[in-house]
Amino acid sequence: MENPTPETIEGLLQAVHDPEIPSVSIVDLGMVGSVEMAGDVLNVSLLPTFVGCPAQRLIEAQVAARLSKALPGYHIGVRFNLTEAWSSTRISEAGRKALRAAGIAPPGRTLDEVACPFCGSANAVLENLFASTSCRSLYYCKQCRNPFEAFKPL
Amino acid sequence: MVPWSIEELKRESGARAAAGELLFQLADDDFIMGYRDQEWLGLAPHIEEDVAFGSIGQEEIGHAALYYRLLEELGFGRADDLASLRPAEERRNAVLLEQPNGTGDYLDNPHFDWAWTIVRHYCHDLWEIARLEGLRGSRVTPMREAAEKILGEKRYHRAHQELWMRTMASRNGESRERLASAVAHVGEWAGDLTEWGPARKDLIEWGILPDPDGVKAQFRHQLEAFLTVLDVSVPTIRMPFNGREGQHTKALTKALEHLSEVYRLDPLAQW
Ligand SMILES: [Zn+2]
Repeated sequence: MENPTPETIEGLLQAVHDPEIPSVSIVDLGMVGSVEMAGDVLNVSLLPTFVGCPAQRLIEAQVAARLSKALPGYHIGVRFNLTEAWSSTRISEAGRKALRAAGIAPPGRTLDEVACPFCGSANAVLENLFASTSCRSLYYCKQCRNPFEAFKPL
Repeated sequence: MVPWSIEELKRESGARAAAGELLFQLADDDFIMGYRDQEWLGLAPHIEEDVAFGSIGQEEIGHAALYYRLLEELGFGRADDLASLRPAEERRNAVLLEQPNGTGDYLDNPHFDWAWTIVRHYCHDLWEIARLEGLRGSRVTPMREAAEKILGEKRYHRAHQELWMRTMASRNGESRERLASAVAHVGEWAGDLTEWGPARKDLIEWGILPDPDGVKAQFRHQLEAFLTVLDVSVPTIRMPFNGREGQHTKALTKALEHLSEVYRLDPLAQW
């Protein structure tokens, strides 16, 4: 079997999700840091969106399980890199679209740059900096009168 | 100064000790703060705030875990043990942060004080941000990177606390009075928050945190500037105990007993 390319690895990891945002893969959230291959050793580093994100161990295990199953014979190491900073600009265009579809506004450059995921209006007010998870804030749309969550810029 | 990895830092025992001292201060501060935050679960002023404050507490514990992990890499022991098994006299957190949220207990008749909670948290946020910004000049690469990563999140904590303080200051009568008395009360305990303990000189000499006095000046300046905007008097700062040297109150002993109750049942269990 040929050595898997980084693109192959990325393709495999499209099936792994942060349990708090099940509709967006960890690849589209920009959580895959580096993929290193030497012989039959494959090391993947992951970046947590927020340092205290409680799903880290679960995601680590899912990545390891996914890669071991697809690439038998390889020694697979998965580790969260807690020092390299993740930034909300790492979210891909597909990821931003999937967030909107899930009712979560993708991050703007600032907290004021936000559009309602339901009606698209920018006429929204920040209700609370912290919402159901650390990485989101809570807004209220004055146009369609729905509350919604938005990914924090970081 | 030549940048250092963890391995390089470990080779200089004096530098390793100083870095350890600073990391214990950062870790223990966040750990006890996260504990106090989480005691508010179900009791915060309104439901959205309950969720918000729970998230902040969870992040504090997450930051503590990262500092404990760096301590583990430096050879100070297992991160989970450092968090859960060290007795009060080994802790380096500021005494201000270990004080209860109010009278009563989480389960038994809690009369927690929101203004005191927010003002204290604000001072903690300000001091952590000042230290992390100071670490940007550190020669220790993983400490510099961890600081950068945590800073982004801490700014949201500070913004959250500032918003509450502005809101309290904007209403005359009881609201402003409570804010002012919380600020004065924080002053009664806050002396050791900005202390460095025995490591100050070594932090400078080894280039781990090159300008501790500048960090302190930044904290003072920002605190005074914000209180002036709110038109609240800057408090007299006292230091009844110095937590950076291991002096603590019974409040910490009690919190640690509660915190480690489950962990002590089986320290090797995977949670
Ligand atoms: Zn809308």
